[in-house]
Amino acid sequence: MNLLVVDQLTVRHGQLTAVNAVSLDVADGTTLAVIGANGAGKTTLLRAIAGTIMPAGGTVTYDGQNVTRVPAHRLAANGIRLVPEGRRLFPSLTVEENLLAGAYRRRTGPWNVNSVIELFPWIGQRRRQSARSLSGGEQQAVAIGRALMGNPRLLLLDEISLGLSPVAVQGLYAALPDIRAAGTTVLLVEQDVSQALRVADRVLCLLEGRPVLTGSPAELTPEAIETAYFGLTRRAS
Amino acid sequence: MIWVNAIVQGLLLGGLYALFACGLSLMFGVMRIVNLAHGDMAVLAAFLVYSIIITTPIGVLGATLIVLPLFAVFGYLVQTGILSPALRTGPLSTLLATFGLSIVIQNALQQGYSADTRALDVGSLVSASLHITGQLSVAYLSLITFGLAIVVLVALQLFLSRTGTGRIMRATADDPEAATLSGANPRHVYGIATAIAFATVALAGLMFAMQSSFSPSIGPTRLIFAFEAVVIGGLGSLWGTLVGGMVLGLAQTIGAQVDPAFTLLAGHLIFLAVLAFRPQGLIAARRTA
Repeated sequence: MNLLVVDQLTVRHGQLTAVNAVSLDVADGTTLAVIGANGAGKTTLLRAIAGTIMPAGGTVTYDGQNVTRVPAHRLAANGIRLVPEGRRLFPSLTVEENLLAGAYRRRTGPWNVNSVIELFPWIGQRRRQSARSLSGGEQQAVAIGRALMGNPRLLLLDEISLGLSPVAVQGLYAALPDIRAAGTTVLLVEQDVSQALRVADRVLCLLEGRPVLTGSPAELTPEAIETAYFGLTRRAS
Repeated sequence: MIWVNAIVQGLLLGGLYALFACGLSLMFGVMRIVNLAHGDMAVLAAFLVYSIIITTPIGVLGATLIVLPLFAVFGYLVQTGILSPALRTGPLSTLLATFGLSIVIQNALQQGYSADTRALDVGSLVSASLHITGQLSVAYLSLITFGLAIVVLVALQLFLSRTGTGRIMRATADDPEAATLSGANPRHVYGIATAIAFATVALAGLMFAMQSSFSPSIGPTRLIFAFEAVVIGGLGSLWGTLVGGMVLGLAQTIGAQVDPAFTLLAGHLIFLAVLAFRPQGLIAARRTA
């Protein structure tokens, strides 16, 4: 069964059509990676699904319900959690308070402060620290933990590797199997193609707001991805 | 001994100022709204209680228990109906909206009650006092006010730090959009903040009204005390507001001891000195985002 179905979704920023008639679906319990270059419309697509930006056209169906115009806070309470670009932790709250804030409107499920600490053990010693004092990779982990506290059915990850060292990125992606093991469906957006291919069941490539390639990592050749990613059209030789 | 007396009275008066100012501090801290109608809310509450006790057999305490929840509901409605829409167009709009609210309340009160000065009759309590030594006695009413201020500030602090709603209120103050991603509806969260602010300012208004007379146009004069307490203590910090209230109260009573004409001036001078030499306030808020 498809947990999320996006049909012909179009989002505009003023004159610019950031997302142009994108359709995708994500089966329950699977992971879809949306890849694409800078400005391909990946972040806008996630924000439209999460309800923080209203689309100009098309529909978003979550768990069989049309949620296209449902505001973000209602979607969050119903199990769609976005880990936003730039982490967006609450700087005046402690690490633990950031996690607890994520539980403000939550579904029932396995995630709580202790299980998030099992996922990222270092949080245990630093839970009373201000969120501001964390490094970028640590902030990203807390941002993921905060989203998990709501026990999401659909977790939207927006470029969690952005601006982080390879080691930090590895640490974050290492947590993904545990998150999926809890039954969570994941839609992640990533510029780092190799990272995305490693974790995804299916991949969708966007180019200038349009879907140009879709398939499972196994059936996509590097050449096909490269062509779609950069929008190159090879001349027949 | 007269100086000890001035200090004790000043600290107790500071409690009233802190109680009065904490709602202003909360609204600024959570929503960055400067409520210019804050003083008028206090006066409105006093008139409402005044009307209840002269038209019904209900006493001051009963009337207070009616008016406080009423003000909380009023605050929620003002926030969701007027201030939240104004917030979307920028901070200047909220300033204008609260300024308008202030004028509407003052004129409505003047229309309904005339410009006469009133007082809330609390019977013998107004003059009863606790004698500590021969020269030092404190009014029960001042002690009660001070106790209420401490209870309200501690409760507010516990609410903000220990409860889910309080936590999401601080989170929303940091980053409203990120808070919606955790399921918070900023309109509702802001409504609760303003409900709390209005209920506390109503309580402060009643305590003012029991100790001194009031008239429809006195709100803005009162408002400046709340501003001074908040700024002296440090914006956005509740403990700062308590300290600010006490510093202001002390300045006024000590100033009055030097010369009664200095009462208000001494408070204003301390306020100006803090603005000039320590603009972040005596207790800087932890929030810097």
